[in-house]
Parts: sequence; structure tokens; C-alpha cells
Amino acid sequence: MSSVSIAKTSRESVPANVGGDAVLAVEDIHKRFGETEVLRGISLTAQTGDVIAILGSSGSGKSTFLRCLNFLESPSAGRIHLHGEEIRTRPDREGSLRPASHGQLTRLRARVGMVFQQFNLWPHMTVLANLIEAPRRVHGMGKAEATEKAEALLEKVGLADRRDYYPAHLSGGQQQRAAIARTLAMDPEVILFDEPTSALDPELVGEVLGVMASLAEEGRTMLIVTHEMGFARDVSTRTLFLHEGRVEEEGAPEALFSNPQSDRLRKFLSRHLT
Amino acid sequence: MPDLSGFEHQLLLGLWMTIRLALTALAIGLVLGLAGAAAMAAPVAPLRWLARAYTTIIRGIPELLVVLLIYFGSSVLLMRLARPLGYTGYIELSPFVAGAVALALTFGGYASEVFRGAFQAVPVGQAEAAQALGMGRIAIFFRIVLPQAWRIALPGLGNLFLVLMKDTALVSVIGLEEIMRKAQFATGATKEPFTFYLAAAVLYLGLTIVSMSLLAWMERRANRGMPRARAS
Repeated sequence: MSSVSIAKTSRESVPANVGGDAVLAVEDIHKRFGETEVLRGISLTAQTGDVIAILGSSGSGKSTFLRCLNFLESPSAGRIHLHGEEIRTRPDREGSLRPASHGQLTRLRARVGMVFQQFNLWPHMTVLANLIEAPRRVHGMGKAEATEKAEALLEKVGLADRRDYYPAHLSGGQQQRAAIARTLAMDPEVILFDEPTSALDPELVGEVLGVMASLAEEGRTMLIVTHEMGFARDVSTRTLFLHEGRVEEEGAPEALFSNPQSDRLRKFLSRHLT
Repeated sequence: MPDLSGFEHQLLLGLWMTIRLALTALAIGLVLGLAGAAAMAAPVAPLRWLARAYTTIIRGIPELLVVLLIYFGSSVLLMRLARPLGYTGYIELSPFVAGAVALALTFGGYASEVFRGAFQAVPVGQAEAAQALGMGRIAIFFRIVLPQAWRIALPGLGNLFLVLMKDTALVSVIGLEEIMRKAQFATGATKEPFTFYLAAAVLYLGLTIVSMSLLAWMERRANRGMPRARAS
């Protein structure tokens, strides 16, 4: 569990995290699809305010790892704690771990947000309706309150004037910003970003990264699977490099990017930092 | 106004019966279609076989035969079931109930396939986004997946409904007094078959036109926010 024991980086804007209780603690996650073991034991601890960038080539298991954390994918082994509370699981017939308690799973998901590569906004609802849906259904929030909150969030991601638009009438960058606002509407304690800019045209990447950087600035706890090396180096407090389902190397981004220890990371960086 | 020899009122009663029959069959048929689509995607193999058998039988038997089989078959079945309970009299479903069930079975068999395709066409990420936010299965189905599948299924279901409406004429053979039956009565009394069958044709055509514009409106509504909606 103490596989992550890295010195904190220079971001001092988030005071209460050193030695504080972990928001998310993940132990020894394995995942196999049939005969293939995609994840071979990944552990990670995120303190409040941590921004953890997860790098790796395609097939390294980084997206699968992220999806195991909120049980969109069922891990084959491993343990997940949210604020010290272990998510109880039991194995299904195929040997994957399913959440044992439906209520606990719902609580986990309500507190751990996720932003997807393909945005996954609901196309039959306006942007505003996308934002108020889950707070109303899951938290039982009233419409007026949810709307007020959604408007504030849209303001924050720069989409205040798009609240009544349907997703199809927005650019990719706007859709992803709306999707981030939808996740924020649940007040998540951790946000998982699954390659949030990979589906975007290059000129739209910046606006999404900008929103993410401002969330990091606020002290949000974030796990980000990304191919944006510059963003990982500048914004993350810690960087993980996955290779074939294992953490090959991890550390402070400055150290990792300027002085990679493993051959694989060196090669990876030389391919991606041009 | 052509001379309908005082049978206007009877024809309108027939029209009303046809509408009621079609809407009843539609309501039951939509439920059967959803159930059929759910069974086809079920993890339990026997449920999938059952759904396959259902759609195969429905597609393989002429609608007229389905109507007759339900009407006479249900009668036999109900009497068999009632005998051990001490009831030996004659039982039969009313032509309305038998007709509605028969048309609903037909509609549902085809609608299962339409719904199945529509649900498959909704990207998995749509439900995943809702799951990731903590939404429950029922909310995800009714709020996220069904509205999107509905939009995709609507044109196909609309076509099936137009067919269903014309198939209501088959229920005249078991004595339900809908448009066709009323036209036959009038023909028998006046010996003017062309007049009354033409009048019946006009009524069916009118129903179809009204249904089509209703369907077009529903499709426009369901397509709100879709890129294609702007073209129409």
C-alpha cells in the first residue's frame, strides 16, 4: 500500500494533504480479460489536492485501471478505499470482483467523478439538463437549487451562454467542458479523467486543459490518464508511468521527465516529447 | 356528399371501434416488444430462445391466422382450464379482446426486433456516464437509454403501427363491428358494395394520414437536439 512514497512537489497552495488521510487508496489492482492480464498489481494513494498524471502507451492498462476505480470495469483482485472506507466486493462467476453493496457502490460513484474521452454527454438533453440530472436523481436535489448550481458551474467552465444548447450543437471542446461541469455538479471528492483531450481537434485541446488546470489550482483531487506530456509535467503533483499493467516508474513530474530511470520511460518520453 | 343511405352513423361507430382496437393493440404490443427485446438481450439462454421462438412464429404465420387462432384457441384453452374448477359452460374471449391480443402479438413480434436494434444503437458510454455519476439502473433506463432508443425506434414503430391499423380489418372475421364489418352490413342491406367499400377505404386512408402526421410530429420532437433535426 505504501508503494507511493514520493516527496510532495512544490505546490503549496494545498496545505492539508501531507500525511493527511488519503481520499483514495488503491491496493494491488489486478484485471484479467480471459487469459490476458491487463493490470498486474497497481497501487496508488491520492491525498486531497493530489493531481496524479498517469502515462503509458496504448495497451499499458491505464484506462482500464481508471475504470476499475469506480467499477465500470470489475477488477479481478485488489482493494479500493475511499476516505478509509473499503469498498466491499465479492467475486462473480468469472472471478471478477463485484461490489457487494449496491448502496456503497452508489455512494462511491457519487463521490468519484469521471470524465470520458468521448464526453458521453446525453444528446437528448440540453447542457443544463445534463448537469442537473444526476444531482436531482442521486442526491434528490430540488430543481431550482440544482439549476442555480449548474449555472454557476457553466459560468466557471465558460459555457454560461450555452445552457440551453443541445450537445450536438457544441464544439468538441465545449462538449468536454460541459461534461466536466456535469461531473463537478455532483461535488466529487476525486475526479478521474480518462484521456479527456484525445478525441479533440488539436486547436480545442487547450481550452479543456485550461479548465483542468484551474481545477488543479483549486486543490481538487484528480487522476488523469493523458497523452498531454506538457500538461502532466506542469500541472500534476505526481506522475505514474504504466507499462504492461505495472507501475514502471513514478515520482514528481520534474524528476520523472528530466531524469527518467527506466529505459522504457526514456523511450516513451523520446517518442512523445518532440 | 355521397348518399350512404343512412349508414353514416354506423360507419362512424365502426371507425371509433377501429381506433379503439388499434390503440389497445398498440399499447399491449409496445409492452410485448420491449419485453421481447429485453429477453433477446437477456443473460439467461432460455429467455433468449423464448424470444426467438416468439418472433419466428409471429413472422411465419399470416395475421389472419393469428386472429383466428387466438379467438378459437383461447376459447378452447379457457374451457379446459375452467372444467377442473367445476365450470362446464361455453367460454370465449370477446372479439375485441381476442382481436386486440392477436394484433398486439403481431405488432410485438416485429417491434421486438425494432427495439433490439435501437437499444444496440445507443452507445455504451451513455449509460456508463450515468453509472459513473451514481445513477441507479431504473433511472438510467428510463432517463438515458430509453429516450435515445425511442428516437431510433420511432420510424420503424410508426411503420408497424400503420400496418397494424390496416390489420384491424382482419378482426371483422370474428365478428367485431369495426369499419369493415359495418361496411359489410351496409352492403348487405343496400346491395351497393362499391359505395360502402369505397367509404371504408376513405376512412382507413384518413386514419393513416392522421397517424402519419402524428408520427412525423413525434419524430420531430424526439429528434430535438440531433444534428439532423435542423434539416427538417
